[in-house]
Amino acid sequence: MNTSMNGLAVPDVSVGQRSPEKVKKLKRPGRWASYIMMGLVAVLVIQSVATNPNFGWPIVGEYFASPRVLDGLVNTLQLTFIAMLLGVVLGVILAVMRLSTNPALYGAAGLYIWFFRGTPVFVQLLFWGFISALYPTLALGIPGAEPLFSTDTNSLITPVVAAILGLALNEAAYMAEIVRAGIVSVGKGQTEAAHALGMSNMRTLRRVILPQAMSVIVPPTANNVISMLKTTSLVSVLSFPELLYATQLIYAENFQTIPLLITASIWYLIVTTLMTIGQYYTERHYNKSTRAQGLSIMRRFIELQKRRGTNDAPAR
Amino acid sequence: MTQTPKVMVKATNVWKSFGHNEVLKGINLEVKAGEVTTLLGPSGSGKSTFLRLINHLDTASAGRITVDGDLVGYREHNGALHELRPQSIAKMRSEVGMVFQQFNLFPHMSVLQNIMEAPVGVKKESKARVRERAERLLERVGLADKRNAYPGSLSGGQQQRIAIARALAMEPKLMLFDEPTSALDPELVGEVLDVMHDLASTGMTMIVVTHEMGFAREVADSVVFMDGGVVVESGRPKDVLSNPQEERTQAFLSKVL
Repeated sequence: MNTSMNGLAVPDVSVGQRSPEKVKKLKRPGRWASYIMMGLVAVLVIQSVATNPNFGWPIVGEYFASPRVLDGLVNTLQLTFIAMLLGVVLGVILAVMRLSTNPALYGAAGLYIWFFRGTPVFVQLLFWGFISALYPTLALGIPGAEPLFSTDTNSLITPVVAAILGLALNEAAYMAEIVRAGIVSVGKGQTEAAHALGMSNMRTLRRVILPQAMSVIVPPTANNVISMLKTTSLVSVLSFPELLYATQLIYAENFQTIPLLITASIWYLIVTTLMTIGQYYTERHYNKSTRAQGLSIMRRFIELQKRRGTNDAPAR
Repeated sequence: MTQTPKVMVKATNVWKSFGHNEVLKGINLEVKAGEVTTLLGPSGSGKSTFLRLINHLDTASAGRITVDGDLVGYREHNGALHELRPQSIAKMRSEVGMVFQQFNLFPHMSVLQNIMEAPVGVKKESKARVRERAERLLERVGLADKRNAYPGSLSGGQQQRIAIARALAMEPKLMLFDEPTSALDPELVGEVLDVMHDLASTGMTMIVVTHEMGFAREVADSVVFMDGGVVVESGRPKDVLSNPQEERTQAFLSKVL
């Protein structure tokens, strides 16, 4: 037996070999208790769901893949995609405006974000739905002169247009904050290096800042897509037949409210599950492409600490 | 000498303050074309700030700086200074290379992309031509085998050599170095200084803010010692470094040598 530094006896092992010592795992009785409890709860829930006839599982099965429900699902997916796309584009523009040095631009962006984040999206959707009460006709032209183009508001702002406007304009306000956080996360040195090479502000943003900001922007954006999918259900108040309203129309006829709400919920769950899997892979992708960068940030930090040790204040 | 070399950088009574903090208090300086000038001085003496004014990364509070005869950041018209448009400032910067203490390579681009980005994107040169030049520069800084590597996988010394190559790819008439070796591990300082030494021997005009006394002594044509926002002493390295006239220079050198 050898004696280690702290005086404990250690088995005689030659250098470079793993010690053959046995380690007894810590007992975790609490863990076993929780397994049993959760198991019991699960059994009760499953039994209740399976045996309560009010769930109407046969009706769920009947409508699950019915054309009306599937049409609603397609509408929901399209609405999610279009609203998100417009929200991202407008959000990037707002974020850049917000970071501009021009008071008119950052002021306007700030006001926009304040308003659209400060009122519920449901209220905003209702406003777009009732827009014709505010402006019965829409006209294009020079104020005071005969309009070049004039139309009834309701013919232009149809339920689908109101839905897209309501969701996209609201989303833009949130996306603006996400994009802004991403842009701000890229170090000032990157902008300086780009400027020192003669790159314009736009080019610096496009080629240097935004690509690096992506790793900060993408994960919360993926989160917002999932959130948007569910928010589209609010559009049912505008009588646009997305997934929820499509099922509502069916239960208005057959009064099978619960089974049809379950049908809609299952579809929402399926799509959000698929999106979550997608989110996992996009996040992994963006982490991978920034792993090298992460390393260099770490290295920079270590170097900074080293410098602190040698000369106290960094030179300006 | 048959003719006096032309002046590349001329600073006239340059002041700079950040809020109430006066960093530069009337800098007068001349850097001749083809010469290497090192700016020495304690931390906070304003050397890095002055360097950043030369390519307008910061704006002087008062005074004038000219690069190759052109006023930096302004246009003079009817006796008044007019701020230049961003495009004109960018154009001026594209002719002045800058190397930073923290390298500031673009981490999402490969080494080759880092070097080619500005010549292709800003100067609109042909990709093939720039690529050829980039390969040559990589050869010169001894990193030809790293052309497809990403900055994060390189050592600090390698990153800084790439940063120098990136600046040189724009074919600048002036190179600014802002403490290029201060963020490096001691054993990596030499490889960067070697590249700078080699660059100096090609006749590049260089202004180097540094704490490397050896470099100042061996490579520089002139040494400028700054303290408290003013130029305390300047001249040939052997005069300033070996036989300083000013008390503050003597005090500083006694600490660093």
